[in-house]
Amino acid sequence: MSHTQDPTLRRSNRALLARLAIVALLMFGFGYAMIPFYEQICKATGLRDIAVPDTVANTQVDSGRTVRIELDANVNKLPWRFRPLTPIVTAHPGEVMQVVYEVENPTDRPMTGQAVPSYGPQRAGEYFKKLECFCFAKQSFEPHEKRQMPVVFVIDPKLPQDVATITLSYTFFEVEGNKS
Amino acid sequence: MSSIPHHQGPGHAIDDAHAHDEHAHHPGGIMRWITTTNHKDIGTLYLWFSFIMFIAGGCLALTIRTELFHPGLQIVDPEFFNSLTTLHGLIMIFGAIMPAAVGFANWQVPLMIGAPDMAFARMNNWSFWLLPFAAVLLFASFFVPGGAAAGGWTLYAPLSVQAGMGMDLTIFAIHIMGASSIMGSINIITTILNLRAPGMTMMKMPLFVWTWLITAYLLIAVMPVLAGAVTMLLTDRHFGTSFFNAAGGGDPVMFQHIFWFFGHPEVYIMILPSFGIVSTILPAFSRKPLFGYASMVYATSSIAILSFIVWAHHMFTVGMPAAGQLFFMYATMLIAVPTGVKVFNWVTTMWKGSMTFETPMLFAIGFIFLFTMGGFTGLVLAITPVDIQLQDTYYVVAHFHYVLVAGSLFAFFGGVYYWLPKWSGRMYNEKLGEWHFWLTMIFFNVTFFPMHFLGLAGMPRRVPDYATQFTDWNMVATIGAYGFGLSQLLFFYIVLSCIRSGPPAPAKPWEGADTLEWTLPSPLPYHTFETPPAIK
Repeated sequence: MSHTQDPTLRRSNRALLARLAIVALLMFGFGYAMIPFYEQICKATGLRDIAVPDTVANTQVDSGRTVRIELDANVNKLPWRFRPLTPIVTAHPGEVMQVVYEVENPTDRPMTGQAVPSYGPQRAGEYFKKLECFCFAKQSFEPHEKRQMPVVFVIDPKLPQDVATITLSYTFFEVEGNKS
Repeated sequence: MSSIPHHQGPGHAIDDAHAHDEHAHHPGGIMRWITTTNHKDIGTLYLWFSFIMFIAGGCLALTIRTELFHPGLQIVDPEFFNSLTTLHGLIMIFGAIMPAAVGFANWQVPLMIGAPDMAFARMNNWSFWLLPFAAVLLFASFFVPGGAAAGGWTLYAPLSVQAGMGMDLTIFAIHIMGASSIMGSINIITTILNLRAPGMTMMKMPLFVWTWLITAYLLIAVMPVLAGAVTMLLTDRHFGTSFFNAAGGGDPVMFQHIFWFFGHPEVYIMILPSFGIVSTILPAFSRKPLFGYASMVYATSSIAILSFIVWAHHMFTVGMPAAGQLFFMYATMLIAVPTGVKVFNWVTTMWKGSMTFETPMLFAIGFIFLFTMGGFTGLVLAITPVDIQLQDTYYVVAHFHYVLVAGSLFAFFGGVYYWLPKWSGRMYNEKLGEWHFWLTMIFFNVTFFPMHFLGLAGMPRRVPDYATQFTDWNMVATIGAYGFGLSQLLFFYIVLSCIRSGPPAPAKPWEGADTLEWTLPSPLPYHTFETPPAIK
């Protein structure tokens, strides 16, 4: 400015600048605070509980109905070999089922991965109750280690009648920064 | 750069001796613009910068439209096409619209409140000079391996986590532009709160000043959130964090929540200063005071507050519970209430006024007409089941161009025509100005109205190729886009010939104008209101 500011004005300008800069910094932190905040919301509402075993209260088997379960295995930029031992099984709703996947780490280094499940059709996901799954935790493999890992599940008998086939698809991702 | 005659002109006579001294030491040529701390110079820099970005972003848009003239792939690769849509969005939002609004604030806020300059003149210089570097980063990203960011301007994870180094340049550009915006906003808030002339109470401030005050608060609240979001992208990409990486326990949908917490207030950041400009132009050419001044202030504040609770209407298809969809649907519709208050106030301002239709008024009326249409398509999109159908179609493209181009940009054109005589001391060519308005108005609609039909018929956005049944309307839109683009060269000519050789403008060329800047001579002296004006 071409003229010198009155010292009182200058002080009050600086004070406001400092206050507004603090607000900006707090809002930067707020962006990060949204992460745990959303996690709590998701936990409270059960929106994103893919890594938690389901509980099944009533295992009444509906033997009059058969659902075809197709098992699919993918890796995302990971050199692992990953496959289901049986690609297709049939299940009665309410029946406790076990399927086995096989994973091999063919590399010369230890690696850690995390499998993320998805379902087709999407709405079948909420009726696919997993009691035990390797996708509930990170999986570490020594060099050239090969392991068979089970998934224990129950199809909820409330599964809509028009769903006759469910595809359960896993994708293994490498856990970056966790390569030990 | 501009040749606004600061160093001659009748206004010089009223400068005090101190200002004369200052002029004697003033660097000339390019150094004047690099070292300037004068709000008028910096306003001019912002406006020219945003015009250059507008033309550059427009060239990207014309390349997109050329590719879409026919179905099939003709002139660009699909990947480059994706970069074009991404960079078109980023450049127009962060390079053209936002800096133009700050340019208007720099010129007008001190003048309208009777302040001698912005509160932090050196920081003002820095806020501007950060921008060209951000622009260079964005354009340079076209030439790095992998090309420019191509996942859409929203930079959604996981694409943005996987993209090439063009994304890193984009992230840094956003950091720099964000820092510039935050500094600019702090400056504007401090100027408005601390530097008003005695007697200029808050509720006497022109509405443009009010809208900018609220915009600046929005910017301080949400630009840091965007900075945080892109910083998380950066650390996910290079430093092993997993904010958005499913494999490490992150969640890509999380990015959308953080992004749109910024993104929705951002759309009001882009429109509120335009509301202020329109609220200044309409009373001047209706020769009546603005109808419902206080309700305008409250409506603007309500829009700003509501903008924080509607963000998930951009994400209706991510798999939200019905309760969430209903909340965001109703909250979004609620925004139509204060916006409606504003539109009715503008219409009532014109009601029974002695209206004349000079170019600024034409743009203001064009703004009301087209912005309201864009608002209505926004209401259509607020309805969750309809939105699920129309998500990511050309209907959305039509909607946001009606509110952003016919909204923000039309108001800026109107503002330039309205204040150019004051800024430059010369009149623009009214006949050509009216030509510019009508060409812009017609070609805008030729370009974007057909996009409603394309979207309703199911054409997705961000695609370089399309099914043949969409051909006709795409051809119409492309022809309109070229007309629209060429019309802006006329605008460039009008502004240039005005500041070079326009006839001298009187101190108050608009009969109904009543804000403080019109009490000063034209062209404006380099320093104004060094002694505060008396406020009636």
